[in-house]
Amino acid sequence: MQKENYKVLKGPESYLPPAAALHGVSLPEKGEGLIEGKCVSENTCIQYIALKLLEAKNPTFFPGPLLLWRTTEYALQRGKLVREIAKEVNARVIPMPDYRPKYPMINPAVEINPNHPNLTIWHNKIDVGIFIGVHCHQANLALKIIRGGTDCYTIALCAEEGHEEANASLRNADNKILQKLLETIKEIKKGGAK
Amino acid sequence: MPSYNDLKEVSTEYMLFKAKREEQFITGSEAVREAVRRANIEVAISYPITPQSESMHLVGDLYAEGFVKEYFRGENEFAVMSEIAGAAMGGARTFTATCGPGTLRAFENFPMWAGARLPIVMAFMPRGVNSPLTIQPDTIEMGFLLDTGIMMLHAENAQDLYDMLLMSFDIVEQTSVHIPIGVFIDGFFVTHTRQKVHIVTEDVRLKPYNPSLSPVPIMDMETPPFRCMRDPFVMKSNYISYAAHASWQQEIMASAQRAKRHIKKYLGNFIEQENPSAPIQIVASGTAVSQSREAIKMLKEDGISAGLVKVKLIRPFPTKEIKNALSKTEKIIIPEFNRTGWLAREIASTIPNNDRIVPGPRVYGGMTMPPEVIVEVVKNGTPIGI
Repeated sequence: MQKENYKVLKGPESYLPPAAALHGVSLPEKGEGLIEGKCVSENTCIQYIALKLLEAKNPTFFPGPLLLWRTTEYALQRGKLVREIAKEVNARVIPMPDYRPKYPMINPAVEINPNHPNLTIWHNKIDVGIFIGVHCHQANLALKIIRGGTDCYTIALCAEEGHEEANASLRNADNKILQKLLETIKEIKKGGAK
Repeated sequence: MPSYNDLKEVSTEYMLFKAKREEQFITGSEAVREAVRRANIEVAISYPITPQSESMHLVGDLYAEGFVKEYFRGENEFAVMSEIAGAAMGGARTFTATCGPGTLRAFENFPMWAGARLPIVMAFMPRGVNSPLTIQPDTIEMGFLLDTGIMMLHAENAQDLYDMLLMSFDIVEQTSVHIPIGVFIDGFFVTHTRQKVHIVTEDVRLKPYNPSLSPVPIMDMETPPFRCMRDPFVMKSNYISYAAHASWQQEIMASAQRAKRHIKKYLGNFIEQENPSAPIQIVASGTAVSQSREAIKMLKEDGISAGLVKVKLIRPFPTKEIKNALSKTEKIIIPEFNRTGWLAREIASTIPNNDRIVPGPRVYGGMTMPPEVIVEVVKNGTPIGI
C-alpha cells in the first residue's frame, strides 16, 4: 500500500522503513537534485547541502571504494575536493573501504560498513553523514538502515542517478559539482553563516 | 548479410524508433534470432527444451556467424542460469532462454539474479509443467515467477517479442535498475508460427554494455580491490543482519519501480486499451489478447460492446494504470492460458469492488482458447475452466 506524500525525513523512522521509491519518490532528472523526496533544481540542492554541512555539529564524509581505490587523476582530484570541503565545514572523514560485513565487530571509530552503518553513526555521534564513491546498491542499503535507526541526516553525492533513500541527494555529482559545492560553502561562510 | 564488424553501434532509441525496417514472414523463434543478432551479446548459454530449443539453436547459428562472442551448452537449466549469472557478474551482456520444466529446474537462480543486481535479459517461452507431462502451451510458470524479483514483459506476438527483447538491454543496464528481465512469449502459439514482423535491416547493433556503471562491484579479479566482492552478508543471527537483508530486498523492489520510467520510454503505456468506455472489459496478456480481440469482434456483431485491456508489463505490475482503466467498468473478464489464474489474482488485488471480475475463461494443458469460449463467458457470466 503506497503512502501518500511520503517524505524522506531524518530518522529514526521505524523498525523497518519503506523503500522511498515504492512510495512515490522518483529519482531526479538531469540538472535536478532531491531534498527529502522532492525534486528541486541542482543549484537549490547544492545550496541546501552547503547549508546543512555548515550547520552540522559533527558532519562526516563516508568515501567508498569508487573513490578510495581509484588512482586516476580524476579520482585523485576528487579526493582532494572531498578533503577541501571537509576542511571548510570541519567534517571528519571515515572511510567505507569495502562492503563485506565485519564480524564479530567493526571498529566504528575508524570505518563504516553498509550492512551495519548505524554502529559508526552512534559511536561517533554523527549528525550529518555524506556518502560519496559508494556503489549505488550498497549506498541505498546503508542510507535506509541509517534512516531507520539513527537521527543522522544523510546526504548522497552520487556520480550516477542519485538516491531516493538519502535525505538530500545530488545526481551526476562530478568534480565540477563538488567544486561548485565547495565554492558555495565558502560564499555562505563569507556571509557569516559559520 | 553484413558481418558483426560491419554493424555500426547505435542507441536503443535509434534501433527501436529510427532504424529502417522491413517486413519479414518469420516465426517467433526467428524473431528472437533477429533481436539477438543486433543486441551485441557477449555470452549466450543454452540448454534445449521444447518449445524454446529452436530459439537458442538459432542463437547458436549467430555464434557461428560471429554475432555472439561466446556460446555453449550448459549441463542443464540450473547450470545454464548459474553460468549466465557468472558471466553477468563478470560484466558481460548475456542472453538465454528456457521454458516450463526448465524454468522450474533453474528456479533458484532467478531470485539470486535479482538479489545480485544482474542485468540479465532472458526469453521465456512458457509451456505446461509436470505433472502430467506436457510440452504444450500453458503460462503457469509465469505465476510462479511473479515474486522472484525479476521484471516481466508479456509479448502478444512475434513483433512484441522482437521489440521487447531489443529494448530490455537498455532498461536493465541502467544503474538505478540493474535487475533481470524476462520477456515472455506463449510457447508454440508464437514460437512456432509464422507472422509478419518488422525487422531492422540497417547495419546496426546496440552499443555494448558498460559494466563500470553497475550499482554493485563487478567481479573483476584483475582490478583491485577484489575484496569488495559480493560476499554473502548474512552470516550472523542478529537484528542488524536481518535488517540488512530486508533493506536489500526492498532495494530490489525499488529497482523494479525505478525501471518504470525506462520501460515507458520504449514500450509506451504499460497497458493498451481498445474501446475503453465499454461497460465490459476483457483484460488479458500474451496470446490471450489476440483471442480476446476476435471475441470482441464477435460480440460487436451481437450488439454487445466490450473493450480490451492488453497488459504488457507484468512486473512491476502497472497498478495505477489498471485501476484507472477499470474504474468505471461493470464487468471484467480475464481469459488465461493457465489453471491458477495468476492475472485474475493480480487484478483482483489491485482494483476496488473486485466482485466485478468474472475469472476466466481458463484453458490449460495445451488447449486452445477459441474466441467463442470468451464470448460465452461474457454473455453468461459463468466462468469456464475453473
